[in-house]
Amino acid sequence: MASVLELRNIVKNFPGHRAVDNVSLSLDRGGFYSLLGPSGCGKTTTLRMIGGFEQPTSGEVFLNGSAVNALKPYQRDVSTVFQSYALFPHLTALGNVEFGLRERRLDNREARAMAALDLVKLAGKRDRLPAQLSGGEKQRVALARSLVIEPQLLLLDEPLAALDPKLRKQMRAELKALQRRTGITFLFVTHDQEEALSMSDKLAVMNEGRIEQFGSPEEVYLRPATRFVAGFLGAINWFGAAGVRPESTRVSREAPAGVPSIRGAIESTLFLGNCVHLNAMLEDGSRAIAEVPRAQNRFQEGETVFLHWHPGDELRFE
Amino acid sequence: MTLRRWFLLPARAWMALFFAVPLAIVCGYSFLTRGDYGGVEQPWTLENLARLADPLYLAILWRSVWIAALATLLCALLGFPLALFISRAGRRRNLFLQLVLLPFWTSFLVRTYAWLFILRDTGLINTVLTRLHLIAAPLPLLYNDGAVLTGLVYNFLPFFVLPMYATLERLDPALIEAASDLGARPFATLCRVVIPVSAPGLVAGCVLVFVPCLGAYLTPDLLGGGKSVMLGNLVQNQFTTARDWPFGSALSLVLMLASALLLAALLRSRLARELM
Repeated sequence: MASVLELRNIVKNFPGHRAVDNVSLSLDRGGFYSLLGPSGCGKTTTLRMIGGFEQPTSGEVFLNGSAVNALKPYQRDVSTVFQSYALFPHLTALGNVEFGLRERRLDNREARAMAALDLVKLAGKRDRLPAQLSGGEKQRVALARSLVIEPQLLLLDEPLAALDPKLRKQMRAELKALQRRTGITFLFVTHDQEEALSMSDKLAVMNEGRIEQFGSPEEVYLRPATRFVAGFLGAINWFGAAGVRPESTRVSREAPAGVPSIRGAIESTLFLGNCVHLNAMLEDGSRAIAEVPRAQNRFQEGETVFLHWHPGDELRFE
Repeated sequence: MTLRRWFLLPARAWMALFFAVPLAIVCGYSFLTRGDYGGVEQPWTLENLARLADPLYLAILWRSVWIAALATLLCALLGFPLALFISRAGRRRNLFLQLVLLPFWTSFLVRTYAWLFILRDTGLINTVLTRLHLIAAPLPLLYNDGAVLTGLVYNFLPFFVLPMYATLERLDPALIEAASDLGARPFATLCRVVIPVSAPGLVAGCVLVFVPCLGAYLTPDLLGGGKSVMLGNLVQNQFTTARDWPFGSALSLVLMLASALLLAALLRSRLARELM
């Protein structure tokens, strides 16, 4: 079966810089995928080329096995949920959801639109104008408007960025549930590693226009392919050439036998509820963090300690 | 008095002296009898208002509304694409706006006279067409409704373009992308998103063109040559040639009321309430 989306050697140049540099990616039908990277890494530009709003400088975009480079956005069977939602201000929630059904000449519009609004739990607000909806509700209308036309691929451009933190966490679970319920392939763009790790079946980590790694959250977190991926997904301590996650870094008063270790002084302790972060200044002048369970923390600020780790937890890069 | 009221005082004084008082005089004159050599005399009468029902004057009123409406429609048809183009012209939009405003650098009167030289029998258009042997005799371009309409559209086009541009310039480009994304072709996007969302600018532009066109005086006088009479010319006639100040006042009053009612209706419409 052909991939729902395939990018082949996509390059996008803007005057003065290269936004996307030779990106290739293949997505299977029905998954939840993320494009993760810092701002300016080319993830939104990549999404806009899939949606048809930008033309690649070179390379090809395939949807369901056929090249779509020459197709306009209204000819592509994908839909985008915009970061600003881009709801039509003169149409009600229902009118917004019906818009795509009408343009795509689908019948049974009102019933379909109501089903989509029901899916995002907004059936009761069908007659509200966007100005009368909260940020979270607008978000849901935008989702319903895209889902109702049942695209092959749904593109989400940092859709949670404008929501408050509590709502954002709630929407993560809802988005994932929506993807599973509808079976539509989601491609989710975010700069929030926690979002990408918690929601995705597979994620692509982007940096400076390139995909550095594409894999499951476990793979990307536990076996990062590059230094950038290791540093971008979660904190990491660098002991020489070896990278060790704070939760794999242990602390003791005596020099441990049989495992690598380095001496340092505890500069500060940070209480985080279920755990404590010990920030240490190492004897080579660098800094490291050890995450220890709250109940096991016996260390004081200013104490001289040994940081050690299991060689199997080391992450090494060329 | 608070500071805010002091700030309003000059404008209030100005409006009272030069708007409210003259308006009251016009109102008063409408109900007086004409003097033999101009001016007004006692007694009070309703005759001036009754004379407005004369089919001759109703015909002129109707013609004025019709020509003003046509000029507004033409301004909208010409001005909307222009405003849309300028709003999407990137860095050159300021240059284009300056070009739209360029005619204002010369006097309204001079610009209207210039049209005489373009449209008359020995004018630019007829000379060129005759030299090219496309026509045998000059086309009757001047002193008719077409000439008046041309002049009105030319003079009032910037009044439509500016509010239209201001609205379109604020239109979120993501809305157009969203429409395209949902399957709308460019023309459908224009009809179902761009025009409805920019309706406040469209309404404002139409009002700004229609109201002054309805009372236009100079353009029909010069380009219509007295043959294409509009309300403004009729009012002017009453105060000069006919020396019937009370009837002229009554006509002005009706013109003003018609404009005010139209404005009020537009502002109270469902469309305006939802979008403004």
